[in-house]
Amino acid sequence: VDTAKDEMLGRIREALGRFAAPLRSSVPREYRVAGVLSFSERVELFIERLHDYDAIVHRAGAHEIAAAIAATLAARGKRGLLIPLGIRTEWLPPGFLFQRDAELSYDEIDRSEGVLTGCAAAIALTGTIVLRHSESEGRRALTLIPDYHLCVVYEQQIVETVPQAIEQMSGYTRSPITTVSGPSATSDIEMTRVKGVHGPRTLEVILVS
Amino acid sequence: MSVHVGDAAQAPDFPSAAQKLVANTQLRHNVRHATDVIRRKRAKVVDEMSDWEQLREAAQRIKDDTLQHLDHYLLQFEEACTRAGGKVHWARDADEANCIVIDLIRSYHQNEVIKVKTMTSDETGLNKALHHAGVTSYETDLADLIVQLGEDKPSHIVVPALHRNKMEIRRIFLEKMNLQELGDRPEDLTAAARNYLREKFLRVKIGISGANFAVAETGSVCVVESEGNGRMCISLPQVLISLVGIEKIVPTFQDLEVFLQLLPRSATGERMNPYNSFWTGTTSGDGPQEFHVILLDNGRAQVLADQESRETLDCIRCGACLNVCPVYRQTGGHAYGSVYGGPIGAILTPQLQSMEHSQSLPYASSLCGACYEVCPVKINIPEILIHLRGRVVENGDAPLTERMAMKTAAFFLESGNRLATAQKLARVGQLLFVRDGIISRLPGLLGGWTAVRDLSPVPKQSFREWWAARHQEKQ
Repeated sequence: VDTAKDEMLGRIREALGRFAAPLRSSVPREYRVAGVLSFSERVELFIERLHDYDAIVHRAGAHEIAAAIAATLAARGKRGLLIPLGIRTEWLPPGFLFQRDAELSYDEIDRSEGVLTGCAAAIALTGTIVLRHSESEGRRALTLIPDYHLCVVYEQQIVETVPQAIEQMSGYTRSPITTVSGPSATSDIEMTRVKGVHGPRTLEVILVS
Repeated sequence: MSVHVGDAAQAPDFPSAAQKLVANTQLRHNVRHATDVIRRKRAKVVDEMSDWEQLREAAQRIKDDTLQHLDHYLLQFEEACTRAGGKVHWARDADEANCIVIDLIRSYHQNEVIKVKTMTSDETGLNKALHHAGVTSYETDLADLIVQLGEDKPSHIVVPALHRNKMEIRRIFLEKMNLQELGDRPEDLTAAARNYLREKFLRVKIGISGANFAVAETGSVCVVESEGNGRMCISLPQVLISLVGIEKIVPTFQDLEVFLQLLPRSATGERMNPYNSFWTGTTSGDGPQEFHVILLDNGRAQVLADQESRETLDCIRCGACLNVCPVYRQTGGHAYGSVYGGPIGAILTPQLQSMEHSQSLPYASSLCGACYEVCPVKINIPEILIHLRGRVVENGDAPLTERMAMKTAAFFLESGNRLATAQKLARVGQLLFVRDGIISRLPGLLGGWTAVRDLSPVPKQSFREWWAARHQEKQ
């Protein structure tokens, strides 16, 4: 018998008295759920919001993903990245070392030059990327410990509003979910925004049409 | 039951604490600067939202529904969380919650924990309890780290170290992190924190978190943050313990679509904070394989009992009411003597303690109503402040002199004749004090009023006298 539980529930019931109100007594949801933007406006807004949060965006055609990744890595002088187990091989350009996350230790992840993943969805209005940590996004540690995150987002994955994204997410709540809006940041010291605290200090997005 | 809210029961009353703090000009400067910045950012991103009022309305109704059926939703959460591999514990008060945490840490044979900002653990005094139990706790939120290393107290719900400037922080870090050199730019200080904590994130086996939301329908828990320290604490350790106040429940996952729009814009003036983490029980191959939730009452059920102030529990800890409060902006958070400062603290802290302590807090307000206007869940703080002032008086906890004065006033106001007599007496009595048509100094207790403002004298003729005279003339 859990006395603490019984006592807490008893106290709550006593405080409420016997209520007659039905569960979910109609919550008015008159806020915006559906989007109002056209497809291209939505993509533009997403890019603008990513820039607002200091993320870097490159655009690429569906067949140029590997080339875009190669160019990005070359520009940063990176020799390779970690990748989750289920990433599409056609994304990976030759000439770089991509190491699959087969139970890497945290220290091994920490020593890497960064990580390349896909995503589950994106939100235009808030510049947010949604990770559901499936095979193409990897476990949570993989997109957290490295200092550099390169993320491939398809334009079709972008929704306009937060409610639209939550509706999708509610379909996979059994997995852990992380939403990322720009690189990690803090304003704790004199309200000066400092980019990059513990999460990846650089977030770069390859936006695929 | 031994409910305590940090050390609030031992704290000095608000006026005495505030008097000392307002004399500290550096502190006032820091608080004013920080709150100004957040207010500006908040106003900008709230203005972008054409449906802000509809979101507030929905949030209030969701919270109202949650509280009215809290027993039901807590049980639903327990069932869903357990099904997903979590273990749910129930804690009646702060000490019980702390004991559960300590027992769990011992059962895993550990003596260190990493913590992501949780006000609820400040409320239970968890760090102190862990220290006594020989467990080292590392706060990982930058501001919390500043507070912990500075052996200080949080002064704001969202930015707990806003009372410190960068020079003070540099001094604390140099000493406590054993550094030889350190710059004083926010970037330097942030980098020092990153280095200091990195090794701990990768090594420590137990993480402790609070929760911004716990979803009854799915058993999911949600933590909202900016730095990535939260993600570190909830996804790297082998064991995760989340301390959750029972009012943090929301019925459905869909309900998050409301709060995740209101919270970041209200708290930090961002459209979305950098990171939100959601997890449900445990996931094989990803993150902690043992997950414990502690559902904490610590006076909350008591608050439910008072229908007029129940909505205090709707609070989602955004801190917007602090940033706009003319009182908070002068005193900072420490004057409130509680981990919860500002307007919300002024109503929450005394209620959690069954109105037995912190009774000066409902008076720490000018009732200007700015807090109500910015509250994302529409808590009518000014009305609750007045209601609680009433409760303080009913409890007989108002000062004796005030009660005597009120009784005397009641006696004279009860009957027209008595009032007329009193007015006549006052007219004679005030002659000693009227100078140039005003009273600018009164003796004794009444002097408290005239110390800061002038008083008009009682007029030569009262309304009743004028009315009676006019009536006679007509006849």
